[in-house]
Amino acid sequence: MSEATTSTETTAGTFEPRIQAFVCNWCTYTGADLAGTSRIPMAPNVRIIRLPCTGRIDTLFILKAFERGADGVIVSGCHPNDCHYAAGNFHARRRFAVFRELIDFLGLDPDRITFSWVSASEGKKWSEIVNDTTERIRRMGPFSAYRGLAGRTP
Amino acid sequence: MKELQDLAAKLLAEKTVGLVIGWEQGPRGARPAFVADPKDAGRLIFDNRCVHNLAAYLSPRRPHLRGFGRIAVAVKGCDVRAVAGLVRESQLKREDVVLLGVRCGGVHDEPTDAGPLTAENLADRCVGCEVREPPRCDHVLGELPPAPPSRDGRRAGRIAELDALDHAARFAFWRQELSRCVRCNACRQVCPLCTCERCLADKTDPPWIESSPHTRANFAWHATRALHLAGRCVDCGECERACPAGIPLNLIGRKVAAVVERRFGYRTTDDPQVPAPIGAWKPDDGQEFIR
Ligand code: SF4
Ligand code: SF4
Ligand code: SF4
Repeated sequence: MSEATTSTETTAGTFEPRIQAFVCNWCTYTGADLAGTSRIPMAPNVRIIRLPCTGRIDTLFILKAFERGADGVIVSGCHPNDCHYAAGNFHARRRFAVFRELIDFLGLDPDRITFSWVSASEGKKWSEIVNDTTERIRRMGPFSAYRGLAGRTP
Repeated sequence: MKELQDLAAKLLAEKTVGLVIGWEQGPRGARPAFVADPKDAGRLIFDNRCVHNLAAYLSPRRPHLRGFGRIAVAVKGCDVRAVAGLVRESQLKREDVVLLGVRCGGVHDEPTDAGPLTAENLADRCVGCEVREPPRCDHVLGELPPAPPSRDGRRAGRIAELDALDHAARFAFWRQELSRCVRCNACRQVCPLCTCERCLADKTDPPWIESSPHTRANFAWHATRALHLAGRCVDCGECERACPAGIPLNLIGRKVAAVVERRFGYRTTDDPQVPAPIGAWKPDDGQEFIR
């Protein structure tokens, strides 16, 4: 993630959002792979980090992504009752729910983050998540308010 | 408070406990007291300046106190919730402590404040208190003082004001507040439920939370701290009281508590058998924010 620090604003004034996705290995990553092999057109703005399970997605990953230059984040895993580890996504769902309202209270717009369930067969849905998120973040503009806060690293 | 002093002396003399933790008169108001010798039990006091949540001393982060063996600790009704939190999370065996519950009529904001309680100087958490008679204690001491003066909770009103703002205005507010945080970690050290022997904020490789007190790092620290305390914070207010920068940390804690209550129907409780809401789940938990 440390490479993802370059500015996303171009001199021409057009803005290409940089979106970081955190996805689970078993459902969403496979679904994203299917979207790719099916050659479904998708915005090229999303970078994927694959984790074993949504239960492994510490919400600090999300803040770190914003710190290091992401304008938007996608968090996605298996549908309820489909988790490879049975309950990882149920645990994650509670944490995400609280996290979302917490950052909202701190003044960070939670619409910067898309939470979704995408199964291994839902290549189409993944492409929609990618395209919709890219469009939404494009409208919201760069998230310089957060990454621009005083920090030790640039 | 002769009853408390006599009981402390007796428990120590009989070697039922190796240490009694309570409050005493210090040079600047009330302060925590540690009594290991029955002759010193006369130092113990309880009045409306005894704001400290002494359950923090039962945390596994204080192994030197555990070395005394069984500990008796003086608790107000609200402090019992912190003890329950430690027991719930297997950080403390209930039989390893003797709870000396003190009947309470409310406390000041600061242990240095003095005089009768008024609607003005009453600590916010005492508004509408339902545990002036301390629950689940081994001994319950003192006469029940009159109920504290009633008024509206200040923090609830402040949270509603902040909720009514847009994101940019709320962000400006917290940026201003959190920019003052010097990362002294007093808020963590004083908290009875920050029990981690190694805090995430102390890990420097990789530096998940930058240790320097810059505003962006402070956002990460406070978001993390609040999330780790979600469904665990007992609203003792000690973090905000300890903060040298005067940051209104309880606004964050109360906000998260309200979210947890609305979403999961959980309110912090003195019953250690009730499972904590984060770490538990239900198949039909709300997911209106997930596509
Ligand atoms: S976060 Fe603050 S109010 Fe909550 S338990 Fe810890 S010290 Fe008490
Ligand atoms: S902030 Fe989190 S990691 Fe640090 S001591 Fe508290 S609960 Fe543990
Ligand atoms: S006590 Fe206050 S200044 Fe110290 S780390 Fe906590 S919020 Fe920051």
